[in-house]
Amino acid sequence: MAQSCCGVQRRQFLWQSSAAAGAMVCRAWTQASEPPAEESPAPCAVWDVHVHLAGLNGTVAQRVARLLRHAQRVGVEKIVLHMGTTLTSHPKPEEFRRHNDEVLEAISVAPERVMGFVYLNPQYQQESLAELDRCVRDGPMLGVKLWIAMACSRPELDPIARRCAELEVPILQHTFFRAGGNLPDESTPADLAALASRHPQTRFICAHTGVDWERGVRAIRATKNVYAEVSGSDPTAGIVEMAVRELGPQRVLYGSDAPGRSFASQLAKVQGADIPESSKRLILGENLRRLLASASQRGKNR
Amino acid sequence: MIVDVNVNLSLWPFRRTPCDEPQRLVEALRRGGVTEAWAGTLDGVFHRDLGAANARLAQQCRQWGAGLLVPFGSVNPVLPDWQEELRRCRHQYHMPGIRLHPNYHGYRLDDAPLGQLLQEAARHGMIVQIALRMEDVRVQHPLMPVPDVELAPLAKILEGLPQVRLVLLNVSRANRLEHLRALAALPNVYFDLAMWEGIGGVAALAEVVSTDRVLFGSHLPLFPLESSLLKLRESELSAAQAEAIRSENARRLLPRKS
Repeated sequence: MAQSCCGVQRRQFLWQSSAAAGAMVCRAWTQASEPPAEESPAPCAVWDVHVHLAGLNGTVAQRVARLLRHAQRVGVEKIVLHMGTTLTSHPKPEEFRRHNDEVLEAISVAPERVMGFVYLNPQYQQESLAELDRCVRDGPMLGVKLWIAMACSRPELDPIARRCAELEVPILQHTFFRAGGNLPDESTPADLAALASRHPQTRFICAHTGVDWERGVRAIRATKNVYAEVSGSDPTAGIVEMAVRELGPQRVLYGSDAPGRSFASQLAKVQGADIPESSKRLILGENLRRLLASASQRGKNR
Repeated sequence: MIVDVNVNLSLWPFRRTPCDEPQRLVEALRRGGVTEAWAGTLDGVFHRDLGAANARLAQQCRQWGAGLLVPFGSVNPVLPDWQEELRRCRHQYHMPGIRLHPNYHGYRLDDAPLGQLLQEAARHGMIVQIALRMEDVRVQHPLMPVPDVELAPLAKILEGLPQVRLVLLNVSRANRLEHLRALAALPNVYFDLAMWEGIGGVAALAEVVSTDRVLFGSHLPLFPLESSLLKLRESELSAAQAEAIRSENARRLLPRKS
């Protein structure tokens, strides 16, 4: 089973390490020199909600080590991994189970710094619900990742969204408003808003905020259970300012989409934003900790 | 000490950004430790009256960033009498280089006018910057899709022009590594890091083109300066490599006036 596979005390690490976050900091080390000393002051710990194993070489352990080494250099304390060492857009059940086994292995490599979201394909509803139970209810994962297997506005996603509300875990959905039209089955932020409107008790993370974020922020603005996540696009100045202005700082999350993107460029969207420091702290870690807290607490009490 | 070779004055037509006024841009550069910034003008991307755009650029660099901002005027070799633009940049405004936008100005790198411009710029001893893209093509305004500059023909053209000092701005993963390697094998071709992505990306770019060809560029104000600063920090570089990228490579290309 997942729990014994990764050897993690289910979700306990979340609380332990959150309390011990002092070693990592989220201030901008804008002078390009040596990494900061471990004893640097700690305004808050940076958690990255969007990181992948694919795009690197080596074993799962080697990939995790490389990701964490670079993350640490810019002050990212914890990463949320989703999907395995390859990219599979329409995975069959045995394929998404393999993806998730690799993420479970990654968590076991560094449970104090690596979290996981379970990768599902709504085309396989029953198998997805069983995998959700295996990895989240009975395992250490803390959320769901959906990519481009199916446009997320479709009713096939409803059972997964309902189950996530019961488990109190968020769904992170890839979104794009692509110039020239999206890929087949690729969701827009408007698709996600439609799904989220049907499931007000479920929390959704709008990955990339549509990449074309000026449209993406508008599309999710009225749907209060959707968070804007800023990974995976150029570090265009103004993205975080607009998201904070239109959604409020409590609805914005830092993510990188590393290793395809650098932790740095995506972090700069927040660090370089013209917003209060208190808002930066929310976006860089506090919002995600709050979002994952109930699931974590529930697992701890079980 | 940091030399930022990729800064822009004036406004992007599709959005305002926090540092798109000269005073705020200069404040951001100084706060980030930038000691010299090679500044083009976004008017030079879109306007046809490049004479006026370059005059404003020169004036704003003097007014707001004396000692910090170094103007790089815009020249479009498919406009009539572009030679006069080049002459003014060099002799009227004393610019050390120019910035080109082939995709926005509507020519390919193997079109004849570019070869003539490169020759003329070299004759004047000017650095030439070519911006390969200004933004991700996947999110451009629907009424203005502008493809990236196609790099493939450039190495062959430069083989016949070894005296040209060229800086490629906004190099990205969209560019093929074989093209970058071919260009890096030529003398005097440099690459800025503003749009190069991936974890440890600056070190990866240095592996492709060699450390002594990588320049610090920010793409400010379209990107926050923090992006390139943090990228340098994320990459595992020796102190000597970091120093070369921060300033020494640029300084070799454009020595500081005594």
